[in-house]
Amino acid sequence: MTFTGNQALRIHEPLIFEVGHTEQTGVDLPDPAPHASRLGRHARKTPVGLPGLTEPETMRHYVRLSRQNYAIDLGLYPLGSCTMKHNPRLNEKAARMPGFGDIHPLQPLSTVPGALELMKTLSHWLLEMTDMKAVALSPKAGAQGELAGMMAIRAALKDRGEDRKTVLVPESAHGTNPATAAALGYRVEGVKAREDGTVSVEAVREKLSDDVAAIMLTNPNTCGLFEPEVAAIAEVIHEAGAYFYGDGANFNAIVGKAKPGALGVDAMHINLHKTFSTPHGGGGPGSGPVVLSERLAPYAPVPYFRGDTLVERTGDAEGEEMPFGRLTAFHGQMGMYVRAMAYMMSHGADGLKQASEDAVLAANYIKASLADLMSVSFPDRPAMHEVLFDERFLKGTGVTTLDFAKAMIDEGFHPMTMYFPLVVPGAMLIEPTESESLASLDLFIGSLRDLAMAAKRGDTERFTEAPRYSPRRRLDETRGARKPVLVYEAPEPAREAAE
Amino acid sequence: MRYHPLTADDRALMLKKIGVGAIDDLFVDVPAGKLFTEPMNLPAGQSEIAVERALSAMARKNHAAGDGPFFLGAGAYRHHVPATVDHLIQRSEFLTSYTPYQAEISQGTLQVLFEFQTQVARLTGMEVANASMYDGSTAAAEAVMMAARLTKRGKAVVSGGVHPQYRDVIATVATGVEIDALPSDPTAGEDILARIDKDVACVVVQSPSFYGHLIDLAPIAEAAHEAGALLVSVFTEPVALGAIEPPGAQGADIVVGEGQGIGNPLTFGGPYVGLFATQKKHVRQMPGRLSGETVDADGKRGYALTLSTREQHIRRDKATSNICTNSGLCALAFTIHMTLLGEKGLTRLAALNHERACATADALTAAGVEVLNETFFNEFTVRVPGDAAAVVERAAGEGIIAGLPVSRLDAAAPGDLIVVAATELTTDEDIAALAGALGA
Repeated sequence: MTFTGNQALRIHEPLIFEVGHTEQTGVDLPDPAPHASRLGRHARKTPVGLPGLTEPETMRHYVRLSRQNYAIDLGLYPLGSCTMKHNPRLNEKAARMPGFGDIHPLQPLSTVPGALELMKTLSHWLLEMTDMKAVALSPKAGAQGELAGMMAIRAALKDRGEDRKTVLVPESAHGTNPATAAALGYRVEGVKAREDGTVSVEAVREKLSDDVAAIMLTNPNTCGLFEPEVAAIAEVIHEAGAYFYGDGANFNAIVGKAKPGALGVDAMHINLHKTFSTPHGGGGPGSGPVVLSERLAPYAPVPYFRGDTLVERTGDAEGEEMPFGRLTAFHGQMGMYVRAMAYMMSHGADGLKQASEDAVLAANYIKASLADLMSVSFPDRPAMHEVLFDERFLKGTGVTTLDFAKAMIDEGFHPMTMYFPLVVPGAMLIEPTESESLASLDLFIGSLRDLAMAAKRGDTERFTEAPRYSPRRRLDETRGARKPVLVYEAPEPAREAAE
Repeated sequence: MRYHPLTADDRALMLKKIGVGAIDDLFVDVPAGKLFTEPMNLPAGQSEIAVERALSAMARKNHAAGDGPFFLGAGAYRHHVPATVDHLIQRSEFLTSYTPYQAEISQGTLQVLFEFQTQVARLTGMEVANASMYDGSTAAAEAVMMAARLTKRGKAVVSGGVHPQYRDVIATVATGVEIDALPSDPTAGEDILARIDKDVACVVVQSPSFYGHLIDLAPIAEAAHEAGALLVSVFTEPVALGAIEPPGAQGADIVVGEGQGIGNPLTFGGPYVGLFATQKKHVRQMPGRLSGETVDADGKRGYALTLSTREQHIRRDKATSNICTNSGLCALAFTIHMTLLGEKGLTRLAALNHERACATADALTAAGVEVLNETFFNEFTVRVPGDAAAVVERAAGEGIIAGLPVSRLDAAAPGDLIVVAATELTTDEDIAALAGALGA
């Protein structure tokens, strides 16, 4: 058992709006000196309505809330495609050094040589790992990195005087891929995968025309497979005058093993938070630098480095440079650059390669250990860093993928990714990462085997009633969406009195 | 490698279980000749001591904001963050959790986001808010796209008082929306009302403006509404809303801003936290993630991500935006700091910021520096003789970060302007040093 079962610590924590008071505060601030106000007629007349708590109350409130969260520091978090690996605290310590944490983005550049050095070093590492020619660090998350890469492609096409309207997106892609292409006004054309879960060069060739601007291919793909025809796909894409956008969400599987540039990729974002372990913090912040091939190198958003010079404004670009604009104020996620850099320096070339190998090894070990009880979606190819199962093994048991996932919570694990990718029914995508010991993997495998056997034996209550040992039982998500309550509203006094 | 638990024996045993002879047998799908067998041309792994030493050496080359008098704002603000905030956000259960897809074991994050949404809605005077966006600039671009969807119109009028980099981001990211950007004029008013016509989806106005001016939003909102357009209001300093009338009380339809000033360090510009608030009726066109209240199987109140049918992982190319994350940890810092402040603390903090800025403006005026603003919150614009960038550079050489030469961000702007900001951290000694550096 990994769960303590200590119900005395199952806390119901009210909202700050129910326990705080607008007259209460947890900070001591001096009274402002007397002065003539320059707010004019703009001074606030309406109350804000923000309750406060004292410092001890604030501490308890948020510590109690934290205890209602699962986290990678608590146990295995096999959320496929999301990559929950160990978050070294050295990264946090480095990001909080005053010379990194307490510098302003618009200080004179002469006062921040260390920050520029860090950004240049990070750029160098990313280019070496990917065999690409230019990097724009600024995108704030993977999805914005995609936007940056596709905008670079659009800018390059425009520069050639071409107005291509179609983007090919395999059906196994992340939802951000079609959303990004559509946001830029492209028509999204799907590409079907083969029986084995990968995309064939023939399927791509069939969709090609002089209207195709790019293909967006995730590799390793979201079925957990390396696309074996990737180089050939790049070739036909380039022959057709289109560009190859690589979704680098799963780059962590191949660092030190395969370089996207050598495979023919023209633009690829790298989720620093996934591959280089910056903490996810309940959903973000992320960081999604985009690397560009020789042919796209002149088309990057500002700011970017040309040699040792920081190009901050589109108007400052010279020569071949054709920056397409700016994606975010300032320089991007500096705090994440520091964390990623600390992670990279700790690992070094060998450690990064070992991380990829161990992640792939762990995924295949899970696959081999569960293949007899659970249905592996694509058994014939090696899994990369994640392995895809589907609901076939639950057929006739009355247990769904959702039930199975919720039962894992009662076993002390965070569930895997459910119902994604969309290419198989009832998908279960498991990503153990390189952070797990063999004992940890075996414990997880043991629990899953036990659950699979329980489902087959007809012990359905263990699933449909799950989770039983979590801070909340199953939540009614439909109700939440039908009549959304997104902010706290105090109960009507009349209703309160009646109750 | 200290982060890798598997031993050589473990690896051998696992390969055996899988049924392959070597690790590269699991990489057979990499095309021939493309599998790297030699190490990358990068340094070897280093001990914790060595990495800490190397990064610390790099960090020490930078002049930190706390190293001396500091008057730079322009979209990022140096405030005191209570120690409690940084301690709490480093709790493992917050720091190392993921997007709260499994609501039953993510109530901590979900309830925080619900509190965050409520705080942001109240601060801005709006009905609803989302669970944060990347930052203020990208939130502004998303607001413009949302206004275009809501009005089915294709044009946005952007005030010259909007942060120049926000203007650039809107122009770059709001694809398909034609941007009518008013010239940036820090001294005169601008006739934004004359630009509003029946093709305009929204008017984008920042108050306090990039130059620090406080702007009356109500007449702009009225004119926009009359023409069937929306008012998108922008702010870069959340503390200001503790002292000035909120955009919601002045008729704004979408309020976006940068939340960094509450709870989050400067960090050279990121990660920050975008705030996004609007009216209830627009909620289904709102980008980003939302935490909503619901009940569990036992009837207990709980929270879950909601309205995800707007999002890319379900709607794919029909989604309201391609965003698939939020600034969870930065939003947490904002929420905790705001809870520590409460209304009393926030209004006190705002008053203190305003007083420090007034004292700075007075000292500069006394030193013969021209202050251009009639009204301001904690930031204003001054005119200096000659090249502002050179003046700022010279002051930096003396250890004083004097403010932002406007020409750095806006090549078309006059070269003699500096935007100066003060906060609760500004001391009388700092002010005297600045007056000495900029004074005649």
